[in-house]
Amino acid sequence: MTTAVDTDRPADKHARRPSAWQLLMNNRLAAVGFYVIFVIVFVALLAPLLPLQDPNATSPADRLLPVFTDGHVLGTDQLGRDVLSRLVWGTRVSLLVGISASLLAALFGSLIGLVAGYWGGRADNLIMRGIDMLMAFPYILLALAIVAVLGPGLLNALYAIAVVNIPFFARNVRGVTLGLSRREFVDAARLSGKGHVSILLTEILPNVMPIIVITASTTVGWMILETAGLSFLGLGAQPPQADLGSMLGQGRSLLFTSPMISIIPGITVFMIVMSINLLGDGVRDTLDPRLRAGALNRPMPVTKINRRTTPEPPGDTGAAALSVTGLETSFESTAGPQPAVKGVSFSLRKGECLGLVGESGSGKSVTALSLLGLVASPPGVITGGTVTIEGRDMFTLSESEISAFRGSKVSYVFQDPLTTLHPLYTIGEQVAEAVRAHRPVGRSDAWSKAVELLKIVRIPEAEKRANAYPHELSGGQRQRVGIAMALADDPDIIIADEPTTALDVTVQAEILRLLQVLRQERGLALLFITHDFGVVAEICDRVAVMRFGEIVEAGNTAEVLGNPQHPYTRRLIACVPRPGQGRAFLDGVRELPPETGRTGRT
Amino acid sequence: MTTVDAISVSNLCKTFGGTRSLFGGRSHEIRAVKDVTLALNHGETLAIVGESGSGKSTLARMVVGLEVPTSGEMKIAGRDASALRAKGPRAFGQTIQYVFQDPVSSLNPRKTIGSILEAPLKRLKGYGGPRRRARMKELMDAVRMPTDALERYPHEFSGGQSQRIAIARALAAEPRIMVLDEPVSALDVSVQAQVLLLLEDLRNEFDLSYLFISHDLAVVEAISDRVAVMYFGEVVEVGSAERLFRSPQHEYTKKLISSAPRLETPTG
Repeated sequence: MTTAVDTDRPADKHARRPSAWQLLMNNRLAAVGFYVIFVIVFVALLAPLLPLQDPNATSPADRLLPVFTDGHVLGTDQLGRDVLSRLVWGTRVSLLVGISASLLAALFGSLIGLVAGYWGGRADNLIMRGIDMLMAFPYILLALAIVAVLGPGLLNALYAIAVVNIPFFARNVRGVTLGLSRREFVDAARLSGKGHVSILLTEILPNVMPIIVITASTTVGWMILETAGLSFLGLGAQPPQADLGSMLGQGRSLLFTSPMISIIPGITVFMIVMSINLLGDGVRDTLDPRLRAGALNRPMPVTKINRRTTPEPPGDTGAAALSVTGLETSFESTAGPQPAVKGVSFSLRKGECLGLVGESGSGKSVTALSLLGLVASPPGVITGGTVTIEGRDMFTLSESEISAFRGSKVSYVFQDPLTTLHPLYTIGEQVAEAVRAHRPVGRSDAWSKAVELLKIVRIPEAEKRANAYPHELSGGQRQRVGIAMALADDPDIIIADEPTTALDVTVQAEILRLLQVLRQERGLALLFITHDFGVVAEICDRVAVMRFGEIVEAGNTAEVLGNPQHPYTRRLIACVPRPGQGRAFLDGVRELPPETGRTGRT
Repeated sequence: MTTVDAISVSNLCKTFGGTRSLFGGRSHEIRAVKDVTLALNHGETLAIVGESGSGKSTLARMVVGLEVPTSGEMKIAGRDASALRAKGPRAFGQTIQYVFQDPVSSLNPRKTIGSILEAPLKRLKGYGGPRRRARMKELMDAVRMPTDALERYPHEFSGGQSQRIAIARALAAEPRIMVLDEPVSALDVSVQAQVLLLLEDLRNEFDLSYLFISHDLAVVEAISDRVAVMYFGEVVEVGSAERLFRSPQHEYTKKLISSAPRLETPTG
C-alpha cells in the first residue's frame, strides 16, 4: 500500500508480514487480556450447564456466610443467595448488555457516520451538528435522562448506553468515510454502474470496517462499566435479577460488616474491563495500518550500523567529494534481512553531477539515504561498505559528528516539497531555522540570510514571499525553497532525490536550470537521483544505472547514452520516448526482448 | 458510424465554488474549464496536454459524467450527455470508460481483482455467472495478465500490473470510448512503455477511441493522432501531433516543447 514505507520491497509471497493474529499475540498485554476475557466469557456462557445453585433462591438461615463455606465457595449475601452463582449469572447479564449496547451503538453510529461522510456538504453539516448536540451533554446525565423517560430496567439501560455512545462511532466513521469517498476507486465503481447504496455498502464499508472494530473493541469495556453504573444507581437490572452493578449496589450498605459481598463483583468488573481494554488496545494496534507500518516507532538518529565488511576506499579520495565503496544496506523483517543495496561503489568528484538512475525498488533512494545514515532504523541496517567524505569514514563517526556533516557538508533535496515543508510556518522562518541550526546567529541575521537564500534560488520579491506559507506557493517555488534550505549552510554536496518528478515539464526545466547555475557558481557536487534518462541527459556529467540494489553500468553520460553496454541500460533508454520520434517509438518498444527480471514483474 | 464523432463538446464551462454558503457569503469561484470546444473522431486518439491546474482532468471527468458541466453542450457517441445523465450512471458507463492516473488508489484494496471486474460485467452488461467468469478470463488475456490474478488482492501487484487491471476493468464495460487520465505518469519508464504499447494494441483490437490526458509531450507524441493544448482552462491550440511538434503556434505550446527533457546529450 502507498502508506507503507517506500523502502519496503515488493511483497514476496513467502516473506509476507506476520498475520494479524500473530501480531496480536506478540503483544503480551493483549494476549493476557485475551485469555482472561476468554475464560470469563466461557464461564458466563456455560452458566446454565454448571452445577450452580439457583441465583435467586433465598435462604434467610444462611445469610452472610463467609467465603469458602461448604456449599457456598464465595459465601452468601444478605438474603442467603449463593454469591458464586449470582456472580456467574450477573457477569452473563453485564457482558450481554455491554456487548449488545456496543453493537447497537456501532450499527447506528457507523450508519450515521457513513451517510454523513459519503454525502458531505449540507447533509454532513446537519447530521454532525446533531451529533455534536448529543455530545454536549455529560454522558451520565444523558443516560439518566433517557432512563428517566423510559423507566428503569435493563433493556432501557441498554438503549440509554447505546444512544450515549453513538456520537463516538459516528465521528470516527465519518472522518474515515470522508477521506475514502473522495478516492478514485469510488469514482471507478460509479462508472461500473454501481448506485450510491451499493457503493456505500460494498466499496466503502469494507474499508471502514477495521475502524468500526477498533472503536467497538475499545468501547465495550467502557459500556460494561456504564451498565454497571446505571444498575448500581438502581436504574438498570431490577431485583431479584443479578448483574454486577446491582450486586455492587446491594453490597454497598454492608461494606463494613461483610466487605466481600461488594469486593467480589468489584474485582470481576475490574477484570472484565481491564482485559477487554488490553485486548481492545491490542486489536487497535494490529488493525491500524499506520501503527502496523511502524509509525510510532521512533527511528534512531543514525541508521544502525553492523558492518561485516569495511573495504578500504580507493586511493585517490583526495579528488573525490564523496566516495562510496561496497555499500550494503538491508531491511530487517520477520523473514530475515532483505538486502536493498548490494555492494554499491561510486565516487562523486568536486563540482560534478552524478546521476543515479533506476526504477522504483532499485535501491537508489536507499543508497542516497545510507550515505549519512538517514535510513530509518529499525528496520534499516547498514551491513557493509564505507562512505568517505573529506577523508573520513562516515560510519565510524559518533552521532554528533555525523549530525554535523548533515546539512553543513552534505544536504538533501527531496521529491515532494509539500511534505518536507512544515505547513504552519512561513517559508522565511523555515529557511531561517535551517540557517540557525548550524550557526549561532541572531533571529534577524538568520532572517536576512534566509531572504538572501531565497533570492539565490530566484524567488521573485523574496522579502515579501518570505512571509508566505508553503500552500501559497506553486510546486516549483516550493521546490526552490527546498533548495534554499539545502543551501543554508553552504554544503559541498547536494543529494537531490527525484527533485523534479512531481513538477510540470516547464517548471522542471526551470529547476534543472537553477541547479545547474548553483553548481557552477558554488562548485557544488550534485548527486542526482532520478528515473528519467531525459533529465540525466540535461544535467549530469556522469551516470550510474542501478537495478535490484546494484550498479549495472556507470560512465560518462554521453557515452552511456550513446553506446549503452548493459542490456538493462539499453532497455531503459529505448523506453524513453524522444520528441520527434512519434509512433516509431512504440514499434521500437514492440521489438524489445522480454525483460529478464527477478520475478518477471512488469 | 464514421460520421458521428465519439465525443463532441461545444462551449463547455465548469466553475467550482461561487455558491452561497450556509451563512450568506459567496465562496471563492474557480473557472476550471472555460468555453472549450473539441471533437474526438471515431477511432482516433486525441491527446489533451497541459500543466497541472490547466483543467484537463476536469474536462475528462465531465466527459465521463463524474462532474456536471456548468454550461455548454456535450455529446457522447452522438447522444446528448444531459439525456445520458438523466438515465443514471449506467448509461455513461456503457459507452465511455475512464482509466485513472493512480492505479493503486483506483482499485479498492479490500476487493479481489475478480470482484472488481465483476461489477461492470454484472451491472453494465447484465451477464450471468458463467458468462462473467469467461469474460473475466478474456479480459485478463487482453491486458496480458495471468488469470490466477483474479483471486488476488490489489496490494499484491506492482504499479504497472495494477494499471493493466484498471484497464481491464474499463474494457469490461465494452465501451466505445476510453478516457485515459495520465495513465502512465505514475509508472516507471520501462513499464510506461509497455502500458502505452498495450493501449495502442487494444485500441486497434477493440476499435476504441481514446481521449488521452497527459503532461508529457513525448508520450503524447508516441500515441496520439491529434493534440489539444490546454492552458488555464482554455484550449489554445489543436492540431495533428506531427504538425504541432514541428511548428507550434501558441507561445505556451512552444514553451512546453522546449522544456521537454531531451535524451540527446548537448554534445551528441
